[in-house]
Amino acid sequence: MQDSILAVEGVSLRFGGVRALTEVSFEVRRGEVFSVIGPNGAGKTSMVNCVSGRYRPTEGRIAFEGQDITRLPPSRRAPLGIGRTFQNLALFGHMTVLDNIMVGRHHLLKAGFLRGMAHWIGGARAEEIVHRREVEDIIDFLEIQHVRKAPAGTLPYGLRKRVELARAIALKPKLILLDEPMAGMNLEEKEDMARFILDLNQEWDMTVLMIEHDMGVVMDISSRVMVLDFGRRIAEGTPDEVLAHPQVRRAYLGEAVEEAAA
Amino acid sequence: MSTTPCGDFRTSYAADMTIFPTRNSRLAMLAGLVVLCCAPLILGRYELSLLIQIGFLGIAALGLNILVGFTGQISIGHAAFFGFGAFASAGLVEHGVPVPLAIPLAGVVTALVGLVFGLPAARLKGLYLAIATLAAQFILEDFFARARWFSGGVAGRITEPFTLFGLRFDHDETYFYVVVFWVVVMFVAAANLMRSRDGRALIAVRDHYLSAELMGINLAYYRTLSFGIASFYAGVGGALYAHYLLFVSVEAFNILFSIQFLAMVIIGGLGSVMGSLMGAAFMVLMPEVVQSAAQALEGGAIDRALSLGASLNFLREMAIGAAIILFLIFEPDGLARRWRLIRAYWKLYPYSH
Repeated sequence: MQDSILAVEGVSLRFGGVRALTEVSFEVRRGEVFSVIGPNGAGKTSMVNCVSGRYRPTEGRIAFEGQDITRLPPSRRAPLGIGRTFQNLALFGHMTVLDNIMVGRHHLLKAGFLRGMAHWIGGARAEEIVHRREVEDIIDFLEIQHVRKAPAGTLPYGLRKRVELARAIALKPKLILLDEPMAGMNLEEKEDMARFILDLNQEWDMTVLMIEHDMGVVMDISSRVMVLDFGRRIAEGTPDEVLAHPQVRRAYLGEAVEEAAA
Repeated sequence: MSTTPCGDFRTSYAADMTIFPTRNSRLAMLAGLVVLCCAPLILGRYELSLLIQIGFLGIAALGLNILVGFTGQISIGHAAFFGFGAFASAGLVEHGVPVPLAIPLAGVVTALVGLVFGLPAARLKGLYLAIATLAAQFILEDFFARARWFSGGVAGRITEPFTLFGLRFDHDETYFYVVVFWVVVMFVAAANLMRSRDGRALIAVRDHYLSAELMGINLAYYRTLSFGIASFYAGVGGALYAHYLLFVSVEAFNILFSIQFLAMVIIGGLGSVMGSLMGAAFMVLMPEVVQSAAQALEGGAIDRALSLGASLNFLREMAIGAAIILFLIFEPDGLARRWRLIRAYWKLYPYSH
């Protein structure tokens, strides 16, 4: 049994009368690629938002590396080692790609505004150069050298997705949350992204929690898969187990197909 | 002789972080500073007084630009902080603090006051914040009018000229250097801030506060900090104003003045360090242009029809309003962008197509 990096216990989330999540429990093990799938509106993004701190669960408990983070503000989770990307891009549009990624280093940089203003005195410059070097490694890894100085808002969609991934990697997260990293991409871009995710997992030692709709990709690269439907966990297991699960087939294909198959 | 690079030829990260991109642009900046320091030898007293005004207003405008342009907050009480700095510096000098020390100290005191009024900024956004800062404007104005120990009440407050090592900087020709020193220090500090961790955090808060928070940026801290820094700049600008006029009075720091600061920032270019200075220059020089235009028209048919001479003040206010509207329509990124375009044009001259 590998040790768990993230433990979600009985999490429910309600918005007024709407139940976005109902008693969802799962564990993400250190070093795996864990995928969350489910039909539209199943509560996948709500789940990730609970982990990243955007939403506070109505009930339940979330623990990261054994520490209870249920009520921790989002800005205190990055230093613990949780990074994420968004389904609808959330880059800093007027900043250059480089600056966007450097924002990811925020909690690792130490120079405050006074040392920043002094720049040459107090070590802000030296620190900046050290971190720039590491950021350049990320830029190389994701192959975005050519747009380093371009304002992020001017980039095409596929590149923006990569820049967002780069920014999340720059946090040095232990757990990286990817919300539909391949949405709206063509086949070639998807293949690139799948390779990046596997490299992240294997070379950069990050545990991946991913939401994705492309079943081919999910089944190929996931260690384990959880299926949500109407805010409830209906299945969890290896890709093959999940595919064979009758409730999953019903959620995805509907009642009629199952009857026809039977 | 290019001041903008025509490609990326840098070989170290340090070289990639510089404020001025090429050796020529650094030389041009130094040459500009030298020429500026010769200004008192060439220019008349009146022109110098305009430059001094551009200097201290530019510093305060830069503060507002850090708040509005870089952090995406809003303040319509900036003149009150400018006034607070002026009174604070005059007060410190009266208690025996030497003027060169009183100016930065006034900035610090104003920053503390700004932090208090900036606390709502941690929670409020947009129009709500605008109203909260409007409250700051009126509370401070009222405080100036009532707290006689601080502001001298309606009579105003007299203060002393800038003296350093026995030298008195009490003429335009000499005080000019004091202002140039502070302009350089404050603008370099702002440019440095914007290429450091906290400067990036401020811009991140402006561009996408939700993802900024997930990058580990504490929104409340940075929104309040931005108010503190803006007030520090306003305080220093105000202190420089106080020791230039040697007299500070309550009436100057009204809401109209606050809106003029906003106009400087918009016309100069939101989110541009140098734009703040350009905006201040525009706001100081435009009334001069309007005035000379009015003088040129004096006695003519238009003057008789509109009686311009008597209502020059109105003409000035109208020109400011028209300038803001025209800039918002035709150049929302301000003079700073215009300046970049002009430089880009000359880079390729005469083969610009």
